[in-house]
Order: sequence, then C-alpha cells, then structure tokens
Amino acid sequence: MEILPTVWFIALAVLWTGFLLLEGFDFGVGMHLLVRARSEDERRVMLNTIGPVWDGNEVWLLVAGAGTFAAFPFWYASLFSTLYVPLVLVLLGLIFRAVAIEYRGKGASARWRRAWDWAIGLGSFLAAFGLGAGLALTTTGLPIDANGDRVGGPFVWLTPVAVLGGLAVVGFSLVHAATFLALKTDGPVRERAGRDVVRMAPIALLPLVGWVLVVQVNTGEPYTWALVVLAAVAAVGGWLAARRRLEGRAFLGFAAFLLLGAASIFAAVYPVVLPSTIDHAYDLTISNAASGDYTLGVMTVITGVALPFVLAYQAWSYWVFRKRLAAHHLPAAHEPAPAVRP
Amino acid sequence: MDPLDIARWQFGITTVYHFLLVPLTLGLGPVVGLFHTLYVRSGDERWLRLTKFWGKLYLVNFALGVATGIVQEFQFGMAWSDYSRFVGDVFGAPLAMEGLLAFFVESTFLGLWIFGWNRLPKRLHLATLWAAVIGSWISAFFIIAANSWMQHPVGVDLVDGRPVLVDIWAVLTNNTALAAYSHTLLGAVSVAGAFLLGIAWYHLWRRRHDGIDTVDATGRVQPGSAPGIPGRDAADHSVWLRSLRIGAVVAIIGFGGVAVTGDLQAKLMFDQQPMKMAAAEAACETGSGFSVIAIGDLSSPDCSNVITLIQVPGVLGFLAKGDVNATVQGVSDLIPQYQQKYGTDVDYVPLMPVTYWGFRLMIGFGAIAAFASVVALWLTRKGTVPRSPWIMRLALFGILAPFGANAAGWVFTEMGRQPFVVAPNPNPSGVDGVYMFTAAAVSPGVTAGELLFSVITLTLVYAVLLVVEVAILVRYVRAGIPGAMPELVAPPDDPDDPTKRDVLAFAY
Repeated sequence: MEILPTVWFIALAVLWTGFLLLEGFDFGVGMHLLVRARSEDERRVMLNTIGPVWDGNEVWLLVAGAGTFAAFPFWYASLFSTLYVPLVLVLLGLIFRAVAIEYRGKGASARWRRAWDWAIGLGSFLAAFGLGAGLALTTTGLPIDANGDRVGGPFVWLTPVAVLGGLAVVGFSLVHAATFLALKTDGPVRERAGRDVVRMAPIALLPLVGWVLVVQVNTGEPYTWALVVLAAVAAVGGWLAARRRLEGRAFLGFAAFLLLGAASIFAAVYPVVLPSTIDHAYDLTISNAASGDYTLGVMTVITGVALPFVLAYQAWSYWVFRKRLAAHHLPAAHEPAPAVRP
Repeated sequence: MDPLDIARWQFGITTVYHFLLVPLTLGLGPVVGLFHTLYVRSGDERWLRLTKFWGKLYLVNFALGVATGIVQEFQFGMAWSDYSRFVGDVFGAPLAMEGLLAFFVESTFLGLWIFGWNRLPKRLHLATLWAAVIGSWISAFFIIAANSWMQHPVGVDLVDGRPVLVDIWAVLTNNTALAAYSHTLLGAVSVAGAFLLGIAWYHLWRRRHDGIDTVDATGRVQPGSAPGIPGRDAADHSVWLRSLRIGAVVAIIGFGGVAVTGDLQAKLMFDQQPMKMAAAEAACETGSGFSVIAIGDLSSPDCSNVITLIQVPGVLGFLAKGDVNATVQGVSDLIPQYQQKYGTDVDYVPLMPVTYWGFRLMIGFGAIAAFASVVALWLTRKGTVPRSPWIMRLALFGILAPFGANAAGWVFTEMGRQPFVVAPNPNPSGVDGVYMFTAAAVSPGVTAGELLFSVITLTLVYAVLLVVEVAILVRYVRAGIPGAMPELVAPPDDPDDPTKRDVLAFAY
C-alpha cells in the first residue's frame, strides 16, 4: 500500500464530504427559500440562518478542488475536462448564488428581491445537481482514453448515474436544510421545516441511497457494506427523531447518514479515483494519478496543521451565531436614498 | 475556430475581470481595517462612519470577487487539462495552500465581521476584520507564487519530461514571486487610494453644491449642516475630508511603491524572460535606448515594420541593469537563441502591439493617477474641493485609472510570456528544460463548441453582473454614510431591546 497517496485519498474524502455536509444545508436553504418560504420575512429568516457561514462553507469546495489538483493532478485534469459542460453550469450556479446573497437585500422592490430569490434557488439547485453528478460519475466511471481525455461528445457524461448523483445531492440538501432550518429558526419556518423533514426524507434521500448501492454492488466489500448498514440506521434514527421534533438529534442523524454513506462510497472505490468505462487499463488510481511523495508530504504537513484550526474557528463561528432566528429579530429592510438637497 | 484560441480568450476575459475586483478587495481591506481600528481606539463616531461606509462598498465588491474566483480554479482542469497534468506536481500545492491557509480564514472571519456588530466584544470584532484582511493578503501571495512559477520555474527536477517538486521553499521564495507580489499589492493599494479619493471628492463637492459647506474670504472651508438630509451634519464633512486625504496619501504610497517594485520586477524579467521585455519595448535590435513611441503595421506586427519615432538613449540599459551603457538584447537577436534551444517551427515573438502598449498603458495610467493624487491634495488644502462639476467628474473618472493600470499590467505579463504557458528561463536561477508551449496545454478532449458555450455565457453573465455591481455601488455612494448606517436615518424603535440586538445587528 502506498502510504501518502492513501493518506491523500482519505484527506480528499474528508474534504469532499465536509463540503457536502456544510454546503449541503446552504444549497438546501437556497432551494427552500425559493419554494417553501411564504413571505418576505420567512425568506429573510431562512437566508440569514446561513448568512454568516455560507462563504466559509463554500471554501470546502474550493479546497477539495484545489486539493484534488495538488494531490492527484491527473484525476483533477481528467474529471474536470470530461465534465466541462456540467461544471460550467455549476460555476454559473455558484456565481449567481454568491452575488444574489449579497445583492438581494440591496434593493427593496419585490421584483428585485424575487429575481435574486430565483438566482439563489436555481443557483443552489444547479450547483448541487452538477457537483452530485460529477462526484457520482467519478465513482462509476467516464469514457476516458489512455491520456485521460474524454472519448465522445460534450454530453457523454449524461447517464442515469449522473442523474442519480445529481438528485442524490439535491435530495439530501433539501432534507438536510430542513433539519437545519428547524434547528436554527423559530416560528412558522421552524414548524414547516420540521414537518418537511418527516415528509420529504423517505423520498428525497432515495437517490443517495441508490448511488451508495450502485457503488457497493460494483465494488463493495463486507466492511463497506457494514458502513451502508450504519448509514441506514442513522437515517432511520434521524427520521424518527424528526417525527418526535427532536431537532438536534434529527440533524445529527442525517449528518451521520451522509458521513457514513460517503465513507462507504469512498471506501468501496479505493484505490480507483476515476475508472475508465472504455478499458480498465486506463483507470486512474491513487498510484498513477498522484503527485510525487515530496508534494504529498508537504501538503500533508500543511493540511495537518491547518485543518484543526479551520475546524476550530469555523465551529466557533457557528457558536457565535447559535441563536434561533425569527422574523422579529431581523433589522428592518433599508432603502438607501441619495444624500442630496431635493 | 481553434479551441486553443477560445480557451485563451476565456482565460484572458475571466482573469482580467476577476482582477478588476481583487485589487479593490486587497486595497480597501486594510483601509477599512485602519478605520475600524481608529474607531475602537478613539471611540470617535466619525471613524465608525468611515468604517461602515467603506466597509459596505468593500463587501459589495467582495461578493463578486469570490464568485468569479471559483471560475479561475476550475478552468485549469476544465480547459487546460494537459497543462494541469504537466504542472500538477508543483502548481496545485500553492492553490490548495491558498484555500487551507488563507481563504478559509478570509471567508469565515469576514462572515463573523459582517454579522458580528454588537454581537462580539469590540476588540474581538475588530480582530475578525483583520483576520479576514490578512487572509486576503496571504491568499494573494499563494496565487502570485503559482503564477510566478509559470514565469520563472524553480524548485523542481525534470523527471521523464515533467517537473517534479523538490523544494517548496524555492517556489514560495521565488524572486519573481516576491517582486510580483509586492508590485501587485501596491497596485491594489493604489486602486483603493483612487477609489477613496474619487468618491470622497464627490461628497465634498455635493456638500458645496447643496450649499451646506461654504468658504470664507481666504478660501478656507466653513462646514455646515443640513438638518433636512439625513447624515449631512458637520461631522459628515470631516468624514469625507479624511477619506479624501487618506485616499490621496494611500494612492501616492501605492504608486511610489509600484514604481520601485516594478523596476525590481523589470530587472528580473530582463534576465529571466528577455523576449518579453524586448517585446515590451518593441526593441528589435540590441541597444540601450528606451522607445517612447513606436508605430508599426498592426496587421503583421513583427520587427520588419516597427518604426521607433522617439527614443531616449541609455534609459533602457538603465532600466534593465542600472547602467546607461548596458545594452539589452533585441528581438532579432533573441529569436535565433530561442530557436536553437526550443525548436525552429515556433514564433517566439509575443504580439508586440499588445506587449508594447500594455506596458505603456500600465505605466501611463499609474503615472496619471499618481499625479492626480498630488494635485488633489493641493486643491483641497483649505478643507474642501472646488465647486467645478468637471473636476469632480474627473476625480470620479480617475478611479478607473489604476484599474486600467492593473489590467494592462496583467495583459502585458501574461501575453508577453507567449508562446509559452510555462516560460523557459535557465538564467539566472530557473530550472533548465522546464517549459511548456501554450498550444500543448489546452484540454485535448474538449471541443470548440463547449469552449464557445462557456466563453459566451460567462462573458454575458459577467457583463450583466458588472452593470448590477456598479449600479449598487453607485447607489450606496450617492446615499453617503446613511446608506451604510440606517440608524442615522431612523433610530431603531427599541434600541434597548436586548432580545433584538443580541441576535442580529445586521441581516441580509
């Protein structure tokens, strides 16, 4: 076993899973804001639950991407170039979501705010769907040749697995965000989110279960199946807790479901990072896609030092903004007027 | 169309655009940090107004910078997969370090600062801003280190034709990176300076125009107040005058520093990438004269038709080596050397009109803005601005000059590296044999159609967002301090209600 590439395979599993866990509820809140909120106050309550933290959460995606580049450049190059079209859509989604969160409150008209609601909601959906599709495809394979380049047209990635993976992340984000909103808000938003969790989870989590099972059937081993069983237990536990309105436990249950489910996927595909559907001789693995030991060693030291601090100060930021939000907490919307003599 | 050309246009458009936003973030951050620090230390409410107003503009700009930054990281893999494979052992590391060591800090602590008013103890709240600002400066360092490695590859061994990292310290202390980093940061500082200067000028002008401020017989300002306009009190005058003066001083420091570090960078570049500097000068023949103006046939820009109209003897030699008698190799002499080393079937001369004018626009815009800052300090020595609307418009328009200088500088240095994406420079300290042609870097599997789709979509979206961004900035600029401090317009109905203040003092 190659030690450093394995360490980095695990590190990237942690980074990508961390991204799904944290951005999961950001994306989900974005979608809830568009389709589940019933008034301007409710939309603002929802948006401000992620207001202080969403940008820090998004960095998990950037670090996962850059970490993939640094540790497994051949994987990064093949995956990102093969998924050109869906990643453009992901980028557009992320761009619109980011600016919309900042710009939305900068105008008071209903049209202005509704337009940015669409940008937040659709942007979150596109980003979640595209990244889910991409992650699913890297676990089941893409048509790449000996150089790692795509064989086939721009839409060759558009397979049932891509749709399954896309729906998996969208569905999980919706449930995860509902538990998050139930935990972070008070009033009607909390009530509705609590009901949403119970009603949505049995259906919305199915695609993620499907993705896990596809991977397990392909390359599962007894211990990865054990992780799947634990994940299922966590999901059921989360759902039962949600039914009894135990919001904290429900959140932990579904979070554990994601962590265990993702762990079962990464463990099952190891040591392959991107299988070739053309010929398994072209598979990218932790051996042939990795950077040299020196680079991996440097990155291991940096990550080993930095990540505990990141976890600590991000945890602190959640602690600072731990209080539940309700409509009466929100400062009134403010319309800037030109400072001129009329 | 050739996918290579589309991919290059896309990289150029998205990078120049991203770098319209980044320098403002980098430059304005420490200024807002300074204002906030002065407020916490003195308790003077005027510093709070400065913090809130400039902080608001800082955040509007920050959002678009973050949004467009993601595109940068993704497109190496998407459009330049063979580049990513070739440089992966070296290039990914600084990007990942940027995220782990800098961007996490920047994003998390900025969130804490935005929402932390009244929520965090004052000093801790101030510290969150500085953490975010320092994070953004460290972030810039890693990106510049990665870019500088493409200009001057160091710290690697060539193994099977591919660079393999052997010394990360060499990459991070690359002399090219240190020079480029200081140059870039000072360029960002000058952007912030001109931004403060222009906007503060507008408000001081507005106050005079609205008859709030008057001048006495000696021309000295008599600040007044307008009770009918929220925020237009006497303190407001001093807020804008401080902004203007600090902006002018910051800009002058920035431009002075840019000249010094630019000179440092140019001297390195003459050594490391002689072709780039020769092309910047349209210096076809070896010599030491600095071309002030040259013309040529733009349809076939090469050495056969460059006509130098004005040339100052000795200046180029001085710029390159600190010696007026030193000669600098011209394009015609460099071509055979490149051909001998890297093959004969490649055109080694960058697009000379672009490098030549890019270089001059960078210096020209910088010089104009520096001069304008000095003039501005002189014109406002008696505490306000002249009543002329045209000078006010010029001051606002002047905000664009350092942006132009930044963009022109990047276009020059990136275009001047062509036809290489990783420039070969065995002298004086680069690793021999480490280079890559841009044509070999593009993703082999990606079609022209996909690239067209993305370049068109991104350009349109970026254009729309630029309009929205500028409209929002203009709105907040016109609103003055109350735009960022609603409490100046309407005091909170229940300022003592702890349940309200304790949860959120600011909300989206």
